[in-house]
Amino acid sequence: MTPHTTGEGEPVRQGSGASGDGPGHGEVRVGVAATGPGADDVQAGVAATGPGAHEVQAEVTDAGTDAVTCSGLTYTFGDTTAVDALDLSVRDGEVFGLLGPNGAGKTTAIRCITTLLPVPAGMVRVFGHDATRERMPVRRLLGYVPQQLSADSGLTGRENVELFARVFDVPRRERAARVAEALAAVDLTEAAGRLAKTYSGGMIRRLELAQALVSAPRLLILDEPTIGLDPIARTSVWEHINAVRAATGMTVLVTTHYMDEADQYCDRVALMHRGRIHALGTPAQLRAGLGERRGVTEPGELPTLEDVFRDVAGSGLDDKSGDFSDVRSTRRTASRVS
Amino acid sequence: MSEAPAAPRPVSADRARPVGLDLLLVAPPARTGWRVLPARVGAMCAVELQKLRHDRAELYTRAVQPALWLLIFGETFTRIQAIPTGGIPYIDYLAPGIIAQSAMFIAIFYGIMIIWERDAGILTKLLVTPTPRSALITGKAFAAGLKALIQAVVVIVIAALLGVGMTWNPLRLLGVAVIVVLGSAFFACLSMTIAGIVLTRDRLMGIGQAITMPLFFGSNALYPVDVMPGWLQVISKANPLSYQVDALRGLLLGTPAHLALDYGVLALAAGLGIWSASSLLGRLAR
Repeated sequence: MTPHTTGEGEPVRQGSGASGDGPGHGEVRVGVAATGPGADDVQAGVAATGPGAHEVQAEVTDAGTDAVTCSGLTYTFGDTTAVDALDLSVRDGEVFGLLGPNGAGKTTAIRCITTLLPVPAGMVRVFGHDATRERMPVRRLLGYVPQQLSADSGLTGRENVELFARVFDVPRRERAARVAEALAAVDLTEAAGRLAKTYSGGMIRRLELAQALVSAPRLLILDEPTIGLDPIARTSVWEHINAVRAATGMTVLVTTHYMDEADQYCDRVALMHRGRIHALGTPAQLRAGLGERRGVTEPGELPTLEDVFRDVAGSGLDDKSGDFSDVRSTRRTASRVS
Repeated sequence: MSEAPAAPRPVSADRARPVGLDLLLVAPPARTGWRVLPARVGAMCAVELQKLRHDRAELYTRAVQPALWLLIFGETFTRIQAIPTGGIPYIDYLAPGIIAQSAMFIAIFYGIMIIWERDAGILTKLLVTPTPRSALITGKAFAAGLKALIQAVVVIVIAALLGVGMTWNPLRLLGVAVIVVLGSAFFACLSMTIAGIVLTRDRLMGIGQAITMPLFFGSNALYPVDVMPGWLQVISKANPLSYQVDALRGLLLGTPAHLALDYGVLALAAGLGIWSASSLLGRLAR
């Protein structure tokens, strides 16, 4: 099956993304498996009920598997447990937000998923591929935009994208066209011939998006994509992410500490604090849940995601969140974009 | 694709609607096996050439130092005839040494560059592409070789202008190119290995300066090994720069050289360097 699936599958899965953790989730996924190309009823049944023949599993892997599965993901730096027994599923096709303050473990979790940090086999899977045993297949599915501004300032916009076309083995005859499409998708066609050091912060972020898109990833991972950007550039970056996603159906995993952005743009969010997930669901569910507990029913009066976060994190945003180096790297990025 | 966004989402789609994303819907076919390495080396070399094209000033400023070495040191020592060169003018004797030196200085810079790329996030992103670490390091090593080669051409032209009598035999010049690339690949890997150990730019700059001088003076670049004290001769024998200079002298000037040994030692050194730098690259990713 091609990465971006058939027309029938998409709205169903989109529905599942929005319906959240409801009991309907399992049914929906069986439905997706059944409508996938070549998957007959029996295979869908096997997929839903558990292990089957290897071939069948491989077939269904593409149709119904979650984009990311973390089971008991733990990562420690010396004495510090950055990620603590994290269980997480990102569904195919959704925009999933990993939220939390500096030092919550978001970036470490992302670095485990992107194969940058070594984790024991079985902890992280990307579309069914183990991030430790099958590094190269996992990397071919990923588009990654790290928190730092990672475009090469000594190259033009086009050359920056070309590099990623080359290292993802885009055939030469289609390289120029693909690079042009990626640049067009982020509105950088006119600036493509300029050195990246002349770009504004928002343009660099869009360039990085183009670099990630040129290999047609099924999973786009963005680490703090709007950090340090002004509100207009933030909106523009998000609009491009959404437009590309709408056109390609890719899954987006994004970390941010801007709760308002998550509320606005994510299908589901996980609130992370000190290496653990404290709440998971659609932004609306989480806000309504807290509103219910507080006895608020007026839609206009509902608590914000930030209130939810303060609620679930307890003592929450204290002095321990984010050590010196976290803050320094965040500020460095922020000062370079503005 | 009929997609109905279920979550409340703002205007988005009509303001930033990408046109013609057809190619971006299909992942490119994966290169596998032995084809990956040359492809990545090609990619890294392409970036190097693009950067040089945008910033030619570096090429010119880097030509100043070798020119001064040849002009001042070379001309002076040619006149005082203090160094036994086996009958050729000292400036001729010196020229291959200066070619090797300027190539080494460029290559040693690569460790600093990889730390800078780590800090900037460029390296991080490359490590998430289907590029094995050894292929990434090999690519960087050969990019260093390419840059050093361009530098070598500049130095050869300067030397020729100063009247150094060198060969113009294309086969010999091809041999020179191979030697320059292999030597630079080794020194780039040496520096990237140290980068993988010390991890910060400041420490690497200090170490880089501390090792380039002994590498240069502890080689046959300026004087024959025979005039050195015994202990320095031992060091010189273990110094890949000596083999590089020996081969360059043999090829460019026709002096007696141990070409097979030189190529062998440099190829082995480059291989070991790629191996050690690749094994330590993971430390830079953390």
